[in-house]
Amino acid sequence: MLWMPVIVASLGAYALKIAGYFVPQKLMDNQRFRNVSGLLPIGLLGGLIMVQTFANGMSLTLDGRLLGLVVAIPLLLKKAPFIVVVLSAAAITALARYAGLNY
Amino acid sequence: MPTSMRSIMRDAVGIGVGVASYGVSFGALGVTTGLSILQTQFLSSIMFTGASQFALVGVIAAGGSAISAIATALLLGFRNLPYAIRMSQLLEVRGWKKFAAAQLTIDESTAMGLAHEIEVDGTHGGKWAFWATGVSVFIFWNAATLLGAVAASAAGDPKALGLDAAVVAGFVALLWPQLTNNYRKLTAALGAVAALVFIPFVAPGIPILIAGFVALALGLRQKLSGDH
Repeated sequence: MLWMPVIVASLGAYALKIAGYFVPQKLMDNQRFRNVSGLLPIGLLGGLIMVQTFANGMSLTLDGRLLGLVVAIPLLLKKAPFIVVVLSAAAITALARYAGLNY
Repeated sequence: MPTSMRSIMRDAVGIGVGVASYGVSFGALGVTTGLSILQTQFLSSIMFTGASQFALVGVIAAGGSAISAIATALLLGFRNLPYAIRMSQLLEVRGWKKFAAAQLTIDESTAMGLAHEIEVDGTHGGKWAFWATGVSVFIFWNAATLLGAVAASAAGDPKALGLDAAVVAGFVALLWPQLTNNYRKLTAALGAVAALVFIPFVAPGIPILIAGFVALALGLRQKLSGDH
């Protein structure tokens, strides 16, 4: 059953990529298209961060995932590379749970 | 091999190694969400666009419908369309190479292609940078996914490894460099607030789509001149 979203979303993602090699270049001259395509991932990522951090089905919860945010933000302010941010969040959360954080 | 090509090659491999850590998390997360190793691998090789892959798996894991999982993944993957239009200019590919180039059109390869489009010495390393980075990321990302998927299906609670928090940190790190002006920061903030507010009231997966709708509205009402 999970094959359906896996295949449809994969083919759709490829369709978006290949379309770019066939549509007229003029589309990039359209400021409205550039504005929307520039902002879309930003709004979605903002939403995804909240959902991945606080949602548990349809309820809001506070748990160890919050450490992902708490660890990432100061590291990013210090211009840490992507890999350092991700691994630090995993390591610190794993340690906190090992030390007894039960969430 | 000229020095500039060698340094591009080194960067391309470095980026591949960098995404590998995230690829391991994706592989592990895919399997613990209930996907088979083959399905997880299918996403990394056919979908091959990290944020969309995480979003698809995240929405499924949260109990969202297949439709909202697909919609979220595709909206996030929408940015590859302008990337592809731009890379089509840079690469000047024809025939079957278009189809290969399309598959490798992602954040990293596009950024490297643009960064080397005109070198300081006036040479053009953009094509080389695009292909080297795309191939490198494809290989590392897929190998890492397999490693993560196999490891997670063998043993391990993703929570005990902090993988759920790592996904949050990964999304923050993907968003961070895009917050280059106040309008973009506003968009991220309003998207976040909209999603958060709707979590208790709509089915899982829908809050993210509402955040996407907020971004769409902000994009349509943005000034047509400049990027304020």
